[in-house]
Amino acid sequence: MLTIHDLKVQVDGKTILNGLNLEVRPGEVHAIMGPNGSGKSTLANVIAGRDGYEVTSGVVTYQGNDLLELAPEERARQGIFLAFQYPVEIPGVANVYLLKEALNTVRKSRGEDELDAMDFLKLVREKLQLLEMKEEFLYRSVNEGFSGGEKKRNEIFQMAILEPKLAVLDETDSGLDIDALKVVANGVNALRSPDRGIVLITHYQRLLDYIVPDYVHVLADGQVVRSGDRSLAVELEERGYGWIEDRAGDIAGVQAG
Amino acid sequence: MAGLRTAREISPESKLGESMSHTAVGTEPYLAAHQALASMLPAAGIPWLDHSRKSARDQFGEMGFPTIRDEQWKYTNVRSITRQAFALPPADSPSIDRALVDDATVPGMDPYRLVFADGILVPQLSHCDDLPEGVTVTGLANVLRADPAHLEGMFGKVLREPTHGFNAMNSAFVCDGAFVEIGPGVVMDRPLELLFVSATGGEGMLALPRNLVLLRAGSQATVHERYISASPERCLTNAVSEVLIEEDAKLHLGRLQEESDRSFHIGGLFAEVGRNACLTTNVVTLGGALVRNDLAVNLNEEGAEVRLHGLYVAHGRQHVDNHTQVSHNRPGTTSNECYKGILNGHARAVFRGHILVQPDAQKTDAVQNNHNLLLSPNAEVDTMPQLEIYADDVKCAHGASVGQLEEDAIFYLRSRGVGEMEARQMLTRAFAAEVLEELEPPPLREYLQDRIDRLMELAK
Repeated sequence: MLTIHDLKVQVDGKTILNGLNLEVRPGEVHAIMGPNGSGKSTLANVIAGRDGYEVTSGVVTYQGNDLLELAPEERARQGIFLAFQYPVEIPGVANVYLLKEALNTVRKSRGEDELDAMDFLKLVREKLQLLEMKEEFLYRSVNEGFSGGEKKRNEIFQMAILEPKLAVLDETDSGLDIDALKVVANGVNALRSPDRGIVLITHYQRLLDYIVPDYVHVLADGQVVRSGDRSLAVELEERGYGWIEDRAGDIAGVQAG
Repeated sequence: MAGLRTAREISPESKLGESMSHTAVGTEPYLAAHQALASMLPAAGIPWLDHSRKSARDQFGEMGFPTIRDEQWKYTNVRSITRQAFALPPADSPSIDRALVDDATVPGMDPYRLVFADGILVPQLSHCDDLPEGVTVTGLANVLRADPAHLEGMFGKVLREPTHGFNAMNSAFVCDGAFVEIGPGVVMDRPLELLFVSATGGEGMLALPRNLVLLRAGSQATVHERYISASPERCLTNAVSEVLIEEDAKLHLGRLQEESDRSFHIGGLFAEVGRNACLTTNVVTLGGALVRNDLAVNLNEEGAEVRLHGLYVAHGRQHVDNHTQVSHNRPGTTSNECYKGILNGHARAVFRGHILVQPDAQKTDAVQNNHNLLLSPNAEVDTMPQLEIYADDVKCAHGASVGQLEEDAIFYLRSRGVGEMEARQMLTRAFAAEVLEELEPPPLREYLQDRIDRLMELAK
């Protein structure tokens, strides 16, 4: 469903992604790991369509179409969801209001009717339960005054409501204590399905104890330098990123040569 | 209800009626009109009132109209007002289309209502039947004629000295407006709307409404002043409201300005709040080419409280100036102020919020906020918080900001499927919500939300 080929991206003239390749098929969970500055969040933002990222070469196709042509809202309507690393606080916009707007917009573009108030509330309550959140949460402003953990939980809650086809979770585990991590992982696992692709971006393999990925990719200097299954994450945990970065240097050296 | 004769009829040689001259006409035509009219104003001949009008006229003559050399008017140039002379409304009973007044109803509000045409009461469009016992709601001119003694000592009690030429001018010509008195312990069951319709008599009209609102001890009321235009003609409204709130009384006082984009509006609201009494004001400005709102509150007894909410939404070349002053004169008084502005096009806004804490006013708790949202690179705001504190055991906080919609927030909403325009609208609504949610009576909230949405659509 998502194919990234030779993607090169610059931010403020500096190359961040340097020939990245990735293929995500429905039903798969991919973990993208890598040291700070390797380009993990850039990848997430480029998929979601944030401004300020200049794609200098490469192709990104989503469901057979050129993803980079689409406005962020259009990507969301076609089923892409980004769980933000730093969810934005929006004072004055109630959580429930945004959810309703978002869900109805997404449903409309899927050719479905808007949910009536009763069904909407039923869906929302069900997902609140999944994320172990209180109902008062709905009526608070989006992320305003939320703790780090609440913000992350809210992202997964939104994802559960919107039921995206492709979910990209950008360091959703960072800043979570172990209990919150389990709740969030539960929420994500509940969404695993044969027709949904999930990309987990994380610095630590801890998250992968709870959400077991099908593939693990290691990013360094803007490229995937190694791909494997879950055991790769375990290896990284044991050996750190140092040896990967050395390898990346070798690859760059070989390419340059 | 007889109004005033037009100044034009009385002194045809004067400069009245000459508009669009590029030099200021100054106070002279108004002083001439005063000379001619003084003996015809309601209750003329009552000594205390004659004296009050005359001294206001003299002060008006001395002060003249403010200029940008006055610190309080540094950012608001009234030349566009003073380069023509506006005329007082005609003597014959004013008429307004009933449909216009009916259409100006806020859905769901069901208020008692006084309607004024260019400052003069229109009894046939007003309805204040079955007011609770102990409540008086009528035209000020009626009270001046029928029972002037009732007003002696109250009139001018709050606005003791004019603060600038405009309110001196209003005091000099005191004629009509609303008189509202809520008796001790009376709780009003419905809000009272004071609907001021300007530009009913064509181009160049002057409305000088003068309102007096008295809340006796322990009473409660919601009073809503609303200013609209009958036509898009260029007119000037120069209104003054004096508000006196006795102990344990509670007043919600709204001021909604929706006049035409060619109109000029100078509004003054002067209040005194007594022991354990509470005043809440909502000053909302949507219309007008040039609008200046002065709001001054004196917290005169322990436990007195005021909450000031303000919202201004301006586009095109509108200029909106809000000056507020809260004086904490006694210990244990509280003020909480939040003004917000949304500016589009080439609009310009000015905010000056002055908090004064007198030496005696220990345990004062004062908060002031002014936040502005610029939707256009050509809009401009000058915001000036001023805290003047002479007591040492007080809590005072203030904040002022001028900003744009946050791109991060827009992206966040878009990433959830919300279109870019809708995201901007959602955030703009959210910005205004903090003030809108405080409005009384509640039907106003939805009404204003719709009005603001439409203004934003138009300004696109």
